[in-house]
Amino acid sequence: MTDRDQLRQQADAAIAAGDWVEARATLETLWSAHASAGLAGFVAGRFEKLRGQFPFYPCRVAILRSFTLEPVLPLLRACAWVNRIDLSAKVGEFNAYAQEILDPAGWLYEYNADAIFLAVQTQDIAPELWDFYTEVGREEILGAVDRVLADYRQWIETLRSRTSAHLFVHSLEVPARPSRGILDAQTPDSQAEAIREINAGLRRIAADFNGVYIFDYEALVSAYGRARYRDEQRWAAVKLPMKSDAMLPLAEEWVRYRAPAAGRVCKVVVTDLDNTLWGGVIGEDGVSGIKVDREYPGIAYWNVQRALADVKRRGILLAIASKNNREDAIEAFGSHSGMLLGAGDFAAERINWMDKPANLREIAAELNVGLDSLAFLDDNPTERERVRHELPEVTVLELPHDPMGFADAIRRSPVLERLSVSVEDTERSRYYSEQRVRAAALGSASSVEEFYRSLAQEVEIAPLTPATLARAAQLTQKTNQFNLTTRRYSEQRLAELASDPAWAVHTVRVKDRFGDNGLVGVMITAARGDACEIDSFLMSCRVISRTVETAMLAYLAESCRARGLACLRGWFLPTAKNTPAADFYRKHGFELCTTTDAGTLWHLDLSKAEVTCPDWIRLTVTEESSLGKYAVS
Amino acid sequence: MANTPFLDRVRSIFSDVFQVPLDEVRAESSPDTIPNWDSLQHLNLVLAVEQEFNVQFSPEEIEQLLSVELVAALLEEKRVACEVS
Repeated sequence: MTDRDQLRQQADAAIAAGDWVEARATLETLWSAHASAGLAGFVAGRFEKLRGQFPFYPCRVAILRSFTLEPVLPLLRACAWVNRIDLSAKVGEFNAYAQEILDPAGWLYEYNADAIFLAVQTQDIAPELWDFYTEVGREEILGAVDRVLADYRQWIETLRSRTSAHLFVHSLEVPARPSRGILDAQTPDSQAEAIREINAGLRRIAADFNGVYIFDYEALVSAYGRARYRDEQRWAAVKLPMKSDAMLPLAEEWVRYRAPAAGRVCKVVVTDLDNTLWGGVIGEDGVSGIKVDREYPGIAYWNVQRALADVKRRGILLAIASKNNREDAIEAFGSHSGMLLGAGDFAAERINWMDKPANLREIAAELNVGLDSLAFLDDNPTERERVRHELPEVTVLELPHDPMGFADAIRRSPVLERLSVSVEDTERSRYYSEQRVRAAALGSASSVEEFYRSLAQEVEIAPLTPATLARAAQLTQKTNQFNLTTRRYSEQRLAELASDPAWAVHTVRVKDRFGDNGLVGVMITAARGDACEIDSFLMSCRVISRTVETAMLAYLAESCRARGLACLRGWFLPTAKNTPAADFYRKHGFELCTTTDAGTLWHLDLSKAEVTCPDWIRLTVTEESSLGKYAVS
Repeated sequence: MANTPFLDRVRSIFSDVFQVPLDEVRAESSPDTIPNWDSLQHLNLVLAVEQEFNVQFSPEEIEQLLSVELVAALLEEKRVACEVS
């Protein structure tokens, strides 16, 4: 029996026995070793049976297209499942994308997708740039570029005005063999250049809208190999433009875009050291014996460090879990000349002789994130297997046997992808090192109040602006702990709420004497009669337990009074993670009015109760800017 | 038809693609006996077999692939290297 058949039986046996962790781990291993069109149905079918056993991220995708891609869907679903996304997809009619976008009563807007992919090929939308390039003049070429961009802008505008789904627009591919041959590379009006001009234009259009992203189909085809990707015979026969082997890379790429949009991301990469971050064992080989530099074999590990440094710039924290003597490892960072990362690049480290699951738990607690925010990087398959089974929440990055492939495995991981990066993201590591100084200050303060005073916190509350939109949406998507309702909003939806006169969206920035914590809170409220309803009230774990929430609530109470509203009302919807916010309403004098299966509804009569900002916080409020209320750009 | 080395692997692909239990897939299983065998599933089948055996079928060949044994026979004809397990 082959390894594949064995894994299939193992998965079925685990499902029959109700061993869900084992079943999922086996299916993940099966897929990572044998992913194929044939296996997709099996893997997706078995994952269906795990529904409800793990917190899979639900997502609905609509795909508008100019070519056949139904055969890619089983692969897409299987890829999504192994990335913990429960994806359902609907494909538009063949080559009917324009009508579907423009028809307000069609299936597209009823389907209520979280994400819409617009998959159009160069040869379909601009045949003169694909098949007939040598036949047309310069004028017509420029005309085609303008026409295509104008069409896209209209479609995107229409989509954006009718749905708040994430939009992913496929970039246009360049032909493997330009019509003019090598001549194409010699002139500025080249065929490839004209198509790339459209792609550059698409990026500019996307930037004009919220929640519109470019899916870089051109880069995908090029990375895979243009000639290897395309299948002209199949294109002619069934309008499927790619070979059977090329469908998997497309499915994987879709998931790499879909995962961050669905909130399926990891916030921390916890890495091993020996034979992962460098070649060799520091405790045995010493600083001079370990390998990490631009030569072979050290280059494999240099590439890993390069990939991790790049990931860190997206706002993902790095941490170490390694079985070593701590001094040996720290010395290696300080004194090895080939090392790209320094000890200071890591937000937390556990270098000791404890087992990995214990260390991962401690790291999650120290960084104040859930275990499901951790991605685990380790060359040792046994350690990976152990973490997979003991901590099923953690994402274990599957690594190939050859270290030369490690860096690529990091770069391909969907959980480390980001669709946008805010100032807060790039500064995140700094926030955490300031956090360690704060923790030390708390340790030395004689009372909690003294600690609060010593922080000298400044809380700035302001209405949502285009500049803070991305971060605010990100906070609604990623904040799990201090979050009263855990409602997730896309940038588009948030902008719509902010421009609705009945609604208000406020952001909260917190500074203290150790530094700027950045934008860390969001409040979404709606006026309903004489009540102000708190739709969302959340705060990053960076500033939990520092009374910032009281300052935020004091602002809400004050602004309600100023607007003549009589009371504040809000739900607490419990989740597995938001216990830090469970007592919030009670502690601030709210009365319980209703209890349902979903949660509890609370009420504060503003004529009777008062919420005051703690006197150790300086509260600054920016009221609506001179531009007036937020307007959707 | 004799049990070719491909038959079992092809049956397994049929089972996955058409989502029918393996023991219900027989050598003579065809569009008449597999209810959801439509043109799209046929394409899915072709792509899965191509990927599994690392072959490519021409449009003429694709039209003939209408039962488990016909797929296995065509694979044999193409003399695909097969790892018999």
